[in-house]
Amino acid sequence: MSATAHSVVEPSKVSRRIAGSVVVVYALVSMIPLFWILATSFKTPPDSISYPPKVIFTPSIEGYCNLFTTRTRQTAEYIASLPPAETFCDETTRKRNMVIAGQSNFLPRFVNSLIIAFGSTFCAVFLGTLAAYGFSRFKVPLADDLLFFILSTRMMPPIAVAIPIYLMYRELGLSDTALGMILLYTAVNVSLAVWLLKGFIDEIPREYEEAAMIDGYTRMQSFFKVVLPQATTGIAATAIFCLIFAWNEYAFASLLTSGTAQTAPPFIPTIIGEGGQDWPAVAAGTTVFLVPILVFTILLRKQLLRGITFGAVRK
Amino acid sequence: MADVFLNGVSKAFDDHQAVANLDLKIADGEFVVLLGPTGAGKTTTLRLVAGLEKPDSGSIEIGGHDATRLEPAERDVAFVFQQYSLYPHLSVYENLAFPLRSPARRMPDDQIRRRVEEVARMVRIHHKLDNRSTKLSGGEMQRVAIGRALVRKPAIYLMDEPLSSLDAKLRAELRLELKRIQAELGSTVLYVTHDQIEAMTMADRIGILADGLLVQIGSPRAIYMEPANLHVAARLGQPAINLIPVGLLPDAAVPTGTKTIGARTEHLTIEKSANGHGDGTIDWVEHLGDQNHLHLTVKDRKLITLTDTDTPFRKGDAVTVRYRAPLFFDGAGNRISG
Repeated sequence: MSATAHSVVEPSKVSRRIAGSVVVVYALVSMIPLFWILATSFKTPPDSISYPPKVIFTPSIEGYCNLFTTRTRQTAEYIASLPPAETFCDETTRKRNMVIAGQSNFLPRFVNSLIIAFGSTFCAVFLGTLAAYGFSRFKVPLADDLLFFILSTRMMPPIAVAIPIYLMYRELGLSDTALGMILLYTAVNVSLAVWLLKGFIDEIPREYEEAAMIDGYTRMQSFFKVVLPQATTGIAATAIFCLIFAWNEYAFASLLTSGTAQTAPPFIPTIIGEGGQDWPAVAAGTTVFLVPILVFTILLRKQLLRGITFGAVRK
Repeated sequence: MADVFLNGVSKAFDDHQAVANLDLKIADGEFVVLLGPTGAGKTTTLRLVAGLEKPDSGSIEIGGHDATRLEPAERDVAFVFQQYSLYPHLSVYENLAFPLRSPARRMPDDQIRRRVEEVARMVRIHHKLDNRSTKLSGGEMQRVAIGRALVRKPAIYLMDEPLSSLDAKLRAELRLELKRIQAELGSTVLYVTHDQIEAMTMADRIGILADGLLVQIGSPRAIYMEPANLHVAARLGQPAINLIPVGLLPDAAVPTGTKTIGARTEHLTIEKSANGHGDGTIDWVEHLGDQNHLHLTVKDRKLITLTDTDTPFRKGDAVTVRYRAPLFFDGAGNRISG
């Protein structure tokens, strides 16, 4: 198309520039809290609570030291009697008249989060794909009602069922277990997964499976060989949505997990209590907590974008 | 290759009878074309043979075995879909190899390579084996789709309007090629189309379907020369047969019971009337290049027939029209053999 041609559907240069500026401004505004968290995580505790807030400061990894360790207060004489500090963390801790006593619970909580979020995402997407395929391809009796029923699980705030689930989990011995949390998040996410994936699978013509079935494959085999590879976009998009929910979920995590199965979201606020208001450690925990979801989203961003615009473009 | 028999096969979708009590015997090595308008049950018949649909009643025999309840994979049939249905995530080579890689066949890799290359050459796509199947032109895609059926040596090839989404030139080209390959391999083919030229040129026998019923089956010549009824007569011939009520033109020897006379181009003799008073007048002459369509009005009926490129007729000419051994149909539309 020539530069002078003016298309009805194509936005003009001016409107495109305005739209671009709005997006950039919005993105910057939404990134301020993220930037503030990242900055705070590299501040020293005094810097983090100084007034007026410091935008320019000397970075320190004290917050990260405090995030991963527990410390005890000691007398200056005792600290002076110790052999020279081996690591930066040892050194900064001693400056505050403390010594590192051991590892904090952050790492195990973080690992819990990884296991529970990825485990439940896998289950939800796996079950969702199979269910969506079933709804898409077979004559399921009362299919519409079933789909509505599946969706209805998301029509109330999850916390409304907190007490029954709490009691149920206590009776079943699922309280404070990774399995319990995986089951719970799977149950919440599977409805989303079924609905999203059904749309994607509906778009894949049946003829591909029919061709594969005639070519000597069973329905199951043609599902894996022909349908699944074409549904990767939808599966990736669904997986990200499920993962973000399971990763960030706070209410049930704080209600149902307190010890061994506790995830990172309810753990991070408890850092505040350990030895004063340690904002850099909290910010460091939040920053580390953001990394997996960021990596996962960046890895799948192409599929995610295509997934979001899928219905709009194809229909 | 094998015989395929359909015995009294019926299939309904909800309250729509797609195929009704269909009997069809396809001999080994035969090319049978099912011809009919949209919704006549052609595709359903193919899908029944393929096992993609299960019949409500009747039985299907493939190679002497009852296949009525078998899964598609167990039937030893190959299917060419109208929309190609190439696997978009696979290369041309992988598309062609796909049927051979099925767990049911477990063909060794070197054998697969040999077979795929052989077939790729046959359908003239061997120079594009490494391409993504989505990066091909329509004609190439259809070659791959046909090739994917040919890599196997099934009891029967089922083809569902495989050439319909191609342009006219390509269609004519692939039509010849398909017929050449079929003759070379001696394959049994059940082919569905609504294109009468495809049917006439490729078929050993043509089956005319209407509303789920097999109206007539026979050689292209028999179907054309001796149509069982008005429906069959109207399906073949270009331009379409003229259906003229008895008495419109001076009829020669009309059998008793005749209500309609079917007159194709070759059934009409048209001459300029000597005295200016004819049976009808020329409306216009439509020049198509290799031939001319002649539109004329006889009383209040419009007739269309062919005439030479160097036709003497002009618009407004009065002409006499006479029958030359036309087809006769009774009140129910069935042909009366004269």
